[in-house]
Amino acid sequence: MANSPLLSARGVSKTYGAVVALSNASLDVASGEIIALMGANGAGKSTLVKILTGAITASSGEILIKGRKQAVRSPAGARAAGLVPVYQEPSLIPDLDVTDNLRLADTPVEAFRHWVNELGVQNLDMGETAHRLPLAIQRVLDLARALASEPDVLLLDEMTAALPTDMVDKVLEVVRKQKELDRSVIYISHRFPEISAVCDRANVLRDGETVGDVVIEPGVEERIVELMLGAPVKAAQKTVAEPASEERETTKTAPRLRVRELAAATKLTDVSFDLRAGEVLGVAGLEGQGQDELFEALAGMMRPSGGSVEIDGKAVEFNHPADAIAAGHVYVPGDRADALLAQRSVRENIAMPFHTKPRQWGLINMKAEKAKVDMAIDRLQIDTRAQGEVQRLSGGNQQKVTIARWIALGVRTLLCFDPTRGIDVRTKREIYPLLRELAGQGSSVLLYTSELEEIQLACDRAIVIFGGRVVGEFSAADADEPTLMRAAYGLSDASKTAKPEIGV
Amino acid sequence: MLKFIRSHYWNLGLCLILVALLVFTRIIQPNYGASGLESLSRAALPFAFATAAQAIVVIAGGIDLSIASMMAVASVTAAVLMDGASEQTAIFVVPFVLFVGVCMGAINGMLIVFTRVPDIVVTLAMLFVWEGVALMILHAPGGGAAEWLKGLLIGSVPIYGVPETITQFIPKSLILMIVCIGVVWLPFRRSRFGLSVYAIGSSSLAAFRSGVSVNRTKIAAYALAGLFAAFGGLVLTASTGIGAPIPGPYLLASVAAVVLGGVTLGGGRGGLVGPIIAVVILRLVRTDLALLSVDPNVTAIVEGTIMVVVVMAGGLIAVRTRHK
Repeated sequence: MANSPLLSARGVSKTYGAVVALSNASLDVASGEIIALMGANGAGKSTLVKILTGAITASSGEILIKGRKQAVRSPAGARAAGLVPVYQEPSLIPDLDVTDNLRLADTPVEAFRHWVNELGVQNLDMGETAHRLPLAIQRVLDLARALASEPDVLLLDEMTAALPTDMVDKVLEVVRKQKELDRSVIYISHRFPEISAVCDRANVLRDGETVGDVVIEPGVEERIVELMLGAPVKAAQKTVAEPASEERETTKTAPRLRVRELAAATKLTDVSFDLRAGEVLGVAGLEGQGQDELFEALAGMMRPSGGSVEIDGKAVEFNHPADAIAAGHVYVPGDRADALLAQRSVRENIAMPFHTKPRQWGLINMKAEKAKVDMAIDRLQIDTRAQGEVQRLSGGNQQKVTIARWIALGVRTLLCFDPTRGIDVRTKREIYPLLRELAGQGSSVLLYTSELEEIQLACDRAIVIFGGRVVGEFSAADADEPTLMRAAYGLSDASKTAKPEIGV
Repeated sequence: MLKFIRSHYWNLGLCLILVALLVFTRIIQPNYGASGLESLSRAALPFAFATAAQAIVVIAGGIDLSIASMMAVASVTAAVLMDGASEQTAIFVVPFVLFVGVCMGAINGMLIVFTRVPDIVVTLAMLFVWEGVALMILHAPGGGAAEWLKGLLIGSVPIYGVPETITQFIPKSLILMIVCIGVVWLPFRRSRFGLSVYAIGSSSLAAFRSGVSVNRTKIAAYALAGLFAAFGGLVLTASTGIGAPIPGPYLLASVAAVVLGGVTLGGGRGGLVGPIIAVVILRLVRTDLALLSVDPNVTAIVEGTIMVVVVMAGGLIAVRTRHK
């Protein structure tokens, strides 16, 4: 490493009253280097990123930029110092068009267009209002905007979460290109394949402290996981359990959920499948192939325009999420913000569905409620140190609260939409067994995931949807990534449809 | 062309409503003409400035309940300074009053930013504070106004070479409104500052992350609102010839016109053209109902109904176009 790294953080800490968010983080980035910043839930990654980009100030420690001590006090200050972040959520101004968004941050338009092309977005209408663009495009534009300002150090926080696979490849290509331009990247991701594809080193945080700085080489993944967890762990194991044979027999007659030729809105055209009791069925697909509509229709949030849904052999029609919930048919949305009351406590968030009907509006039996809530918190091992407001929990713990709510209520069918998006490895590895356990107790789980390797880890079977139809069905044993990928692109034998267009 | 319609459908719709109302007025009152337009425009003028002030703050994601009180302060300041003074003194009074307006708005903005008390609470408190200040300056309606200032509002604009039969339909007060608002608004809309105001209203987190100084922008937006409120106060003094320390009905009217004009109360969307047309529509509805000798209480009910119906219709249109 060079004597004077481009960016160097030493002993950085941040405390909020008695809560220590970051105790002793250190990070060195030389020019032309791509560093992965890794850590489990609440390890302090987000805090470190916020400190580096000036969104908050550190309680102690020093940050050197090009060898000089520098206090970055605002995002604008970080930008001036050559540090440009791309955050997890899009940061384009929703009500301004693309051109105005560029003007606002004084971004050179030509450079922006260049990077937009490199990232594979064609026919971008610069006059389009940002909030009308698809989420994936907004994220890519965010990246292009950051690149256009020619930063010395680019910080990418979960850049590829929620991107379709082909866009992920483009992003990785562009990240690699920064190396040739002698610019540095700090790459935050939970996805090992991406990290081994682009990063030189990985900086690992645990409980607010930097615990390792390892060179990326084949087979380093387990070492990183060990560092993140603080103890040697077994590799993620395929937890597929054969459903008990007698169970299979009894459910042969009427599956828990039978969906036939379901259509809704414009994107969902014709989806049919059966979900048996005690089964985890995976759903895979590229962004925007109708999976959002499928889950919303099944959860009673959107009225289907055609087809039928049967539960235990009886046709049902949900006009309101309450109908679905009453049938034990519950939904965990992809965006946690859609499910949680951010300013309310963990207890209230979990207990919310207990008292939804007007005749339950009376006094709450606090003791009974607390017992149920505590059971759910205990079962999911939710970190309740900051339980006064759900918004202060880490992303992984928030996700657990969204699931805990339904476990406390009692669930027959769990509709889980991308539950592991943007959460850390440790929580991920708690979520798969939890889903298996629920299935083992006779519940059914429908799981959509944007990370294809999860299908084999958690599911018994998987269906792949493309263009609003089911284009393939696989047993877990066959559902490896390449197979699912081919099917997701509409390349399997079942469908001869052309490659989808992803653009604006 | 289609794109223009899509992005300006609200304003185009308001124009249609306005034209329809004018035709309707002409039908129920066949001799409604130049003088009718002139008095309509003059009546709408203070409302227009109040609305412009409110619109900017609402676009920035806030709300200002102290607008009518700031107008009262501006009105009495102008009336006291011009009382008995020469016509020339008034030339200095106008910029001074505008400056006072900017200061009042900036004080509102700074209180919101530095105390972190919600805008609705701060401006509610300032509603009382500015009203008290106005009463301290002038405890009963009084004072005076320069003749040339009064003259600015009355009559029509003569244009060289154009016969009076046409120019009589262009009231001076309308031109004054367009000029005052245009001089501030057009450069504003095209500046980084203007973009920043839209940005903080649309998403203050995204704006912060894009490097916008959210606090400074917010203070400046409130200051600009203060400027428009001062214009409104000056117009009040000029049209009545005296200063009135008790705030008029401009606060709720400004919120109504802003909403009707297509500015969302959450911030980030809308402009000034829509709210100004909305002001004229609301005034004209009042005139029409008066012409039809409808009970004034019913008039208020009709105004409220129009607001809900128009905003609902606008929402429906927005949903339709998004699904296409």
